[in-house]
Amino acid sequence: MFVARSIAADHKDLIHDVSYDFHGRRMATCSSDQSVKVWDKSENGEWHCTASWKTHSGSVWRVTWAHPEFGQVLASCSFDRTAAVWEEIVGESNDKQRGLSHWIKRTTLVDSRTSVTDVKFAPKHMGLMLTTCSADGVVRIYEAPDVMNLSQWSLQHEISCKLSCSCISWNPSSSRAHPPMFAVGSDDSNVTYGGKVQIYEYNENTRKYGKAETLMTVTDAVHDIAFAPNLGRSFHVLAIATKDVRIFKLVPMRKESTSTGPTKFEVQIVAQFDNHNSQVWRVSWNITSTLLASSGDDGCVRLWKANYMDNWKCTGILKGDGSPLTGSSGQPSAMSTVLGSSVQSSQNALNGMSQKGQLE
Amino acid sequence: MGFAWGPGDILVYETLYKASGASGSGCSFIHEIRKDEDIYSPILRKLFNESHHIFVGLQTIREELPSKSKKPQFVSISKNYRSVIRACMEELHFGSFFKFLFYSLVSILLAIELIWNLCEVLFIDAAPAGSLLLHLLDWVRLHKADVDERAREVLQSESPAEHHDYWDVPGGTQTLTEFDVKWRHWHEEVDRCMQDNSFASNRHLEVICKILLGDEDTLLDHKELLGTWYHFLVTRLLFCHPTVKPTELHYYAQSCMTMFLDSRSVSEPLDNILLAAFEFDIHQVIKECSIALNNWWFVAHLTDLLDHCKLLQSHNLHFGSNLREFLLLEYASGLFTHHSLWQLAVDYFDHCPEFGRVYLELQIERVPLETERKALKVLRICEQRQMSEQVRSICKIMAMRALRNNRLGSALSWSIRAKDAAFATLISERFLQDYCAKGTFSDLDLIDNLGPAMLLSDRLTFLGKYREFHKLYGEKRFREAAKLLLSLMTAKIAPQSFWMTLLTDALPLLEQKEVIFTADQTYELMFCLEELTSSLNITASSTDRPMQEEDVEVTKVELLRLALARNLAQAIVKEGTVET
Repeated sequence: MFVARSIAADHKDLIHDVSYDFHGRRMATCSSDQSVKVWDKSENGEWHCTASWKTHSGSVWRVTWAHPEFGQVLASCSFDRTAAVWEEIVGESNDKQRGLSHWIKRTTLVDSRTSVTDVKFAPKHMGLMLTTCSADGVVRIYEAPDVMNLSQWSLQHEISCKLSCSCISWNPSSSRAHPPMFAVGSDDSNVTYGGKVQIYEYNENTRKYGKAETLMTVTDAVHDIAFAPNLGRSFHVLAIATKDVRIFKLVPMRKESTSTGPTKFEVQIVAQFDNHNSQVWRVSWNITSTLLASSGDDGCVRLWKANYMDNWKCTGILKGDGSPLTGSSGQPSAMSTVLGSSVQSSQNALNGMSQKGQLE
Repeated sequence: MGFAWGPGDILVYETLYKASGASGSGCSFIHEIRKDEDIYSPILRKLFNESHHIFVGLQTIREELPSKSKKPQFVSISKNYRSVIRACMEELHFGSFFKFLFYSLVSILLAIELIWNLCEVLFIDAAPAGSLLLHLLDWVRLHKADVDERAREVLQSESPAEHHDYWDVPGGTQTLTEFDVKWRHWHEEVDRCMQDNSFASNRHLEVICKILLGDEDTLLDHKELLGTWYHFLVTRLLFCHPTVKPTELHYYAQSCMTMFLDSRSVSEPLDNILLAAFEFDIHQVIKECSIALNNWWFVAHLTDLLDHCKLLQSHNLHFGSNLREFLLLEYASGLFTHHSLWQLAVDYFDHCPEFGRVYLELQIERVPLETERKALKVLRICEQRQMSEQVRSICKIMAMRALRNNRLGSALSWSIRAKDAAFATLISERFLQDYCAKGTFSDLDLIDNLGPAMLLSDRLTFLGKYREFHKLYGEKRFREAAKLLLSLMTAKIAPQSFWMTLLTDALPLLEQKEVIFTADQTYELMFCLEELTSSLNITASSTDRPMQEEDVEVTKVELLRLALARNLAQAIVKEGTVET
């Protein structure tokens, strides 16, 4: 079922974030060693580091790619209270031969007074927009009006969320029925009050983002948050990484024609999994929103899938080194003893119980 | 511990994440996990390719034909699928050098074919009582390839006479009841022979007789020859209830399985699947298969076929989709991760009416565009399906990539294809800047053959027309060139920033021995020059340009004024002269 490969990352300290580019052929990693590395995947599937450079004067928390329509652009955010935008420039021919590329800083966003905890690009249909959130609870939305000039960014919105923010996620839906929307998660550890996830929506009339919903049932610190790809549905699906994995469904309620405020939502909890039995740090959806992956302090990555009756179950568990966890629920049973004879298999392809790990 | 979900089911994650505050490790690791290794096997690729062909053929069977006449078609399609499975097995078993490695794959394919064949017999062909048993016999026979041939012979060849009559079974000449009567008569005969010890002398013959009577104990004694409980079932049916009806099957199946498996407490997944089939519980069959097998190939294709036979009641998913579509979407999505099989997936999405399109839209824009050729292939697929946003996006990505690599011609053609006026304008500007800097155009072929695409953006139109001017000049068609040049300014196609260059281009035409610009045209040129200088004067006063640059500009203007004046004079004279 899985084949694992190890890549020696060569960062001198903890890695905090790994991000794929849109096509999955490039990868960026960032670390407490204050640097960002960019990796390219070659024809034979091997990853080569093509750039490595110091980006900040503090730990780099997150790194993210812009949509390739804007070129090869990265954004990073750091403990040093700044976020930066980087662009790859086509290098000299001998550099190319050696497989190296150069990234230059286009801008530094210095508006935050505290550590910037997340940086994300907005969906491409909104233009080239970058969002940051900080430990002091401020979310900032910047826009580059001229996509060919990445050194000019203007601060379009500054939203105070009152709670220390740890993560943001934009709703990827480009449907005209859905105004731009993002969710912010807070890692504030005081569990006496809820509302650690807030949803903000753009209001055409006020031309500002207003709070549309607060998920009061989320009382523990939120580490990651992710909207699922929309697929033309009328409702939204949001996954949250907190002390467990939670999936929420947000159903927009019909607006009266005279209403000028944000959309009202009916919030339903679709699933809640505490299998990690520890803090869950990341959640991420696959492209078609059919699979959710989560990782936690138990050192495992779990995969969650809904069957055709829309019941969510765990379909796979991976340990820290990429090997599957055997004897776990939700792992497909082998058809290997089908003819009543014992089967020697070193590669049970269709069933994939075994895995081969290759060290690079 | 953290991770990132990549497109194409590739999962990467970092170790030594926050929590435990790992001791400052110098070299942390990232693990890349890839699912669905099986689609990389070349033999399976053949399975996917050929089954894709059958699938597409199945979708195009006309709906309006009555089900009755479609049944043989469906059976034939089912047989096609099975022959593809068998072909793969053959290749793996006999062809592959590493057949030891593929042994488990072969056994899984065998199981799949076994299940499919049974489904074909019970559901698709829907054999009625009488021929049902024959089909089941064929089914079991086909899958006993690994049973000792000799043993089979022993079991069946000893009493040719009795068998001879037996095989003259409901076919054309007798009805089921007629056959039943005959069979009972024969059965009683054999029983009588047994009772009065006709075969007492020959122990062997006695055993065979007992088998013919369907004596369970005797049959069970020969368990190892039968091999499986379903062989036992069919054998027992053969000798006890040859006219078994489909609805009665599950009674016998359950009891046979229990009798045969009494030593083992747990039944294998395969057993459960077959049992569900005998119980005609199609949904259960599909559900069990989905659980037991990792790859969606089997359940997706089988369910699709059963759906075409109208055998599935549709459960409504909360999206409004049904089981068939769910499975096909899963299967096709899995194919999309492969660098060449993704093209097969497109057809599957096309035949999923509810979500096929949106799934395709989401996944096709993630296909890496390593080469122009691949990009064009992806584009063709999108254009055929009017996926205009994806077309625009892919073209934009390619245009951007070309621009970054300074391949202006490629960037321009991609932005034209993307119908991206803004980008086309930008690239045209670059072309013009290049021209001003170097004095020549790059990518002449492209610009010369723009055609109606020229109209995408004003700047692009200007670029095209300007190039046309150069061509005319090169072909010494001076009058036409002159006219075009003038129109570029008077029709405001040229941006004013470029007028100076245009006027400078006019100089050689003004300096020709022969008068090219008419008097009227010359007046217009002068007007343009004045317009330009007055606007420049306004700006010049507010900006401080270096003295040298201003000098050059002033000289240019002076030269132009002189040339224009001279031309005007000559033109007036020429136009005023009467030809004698």
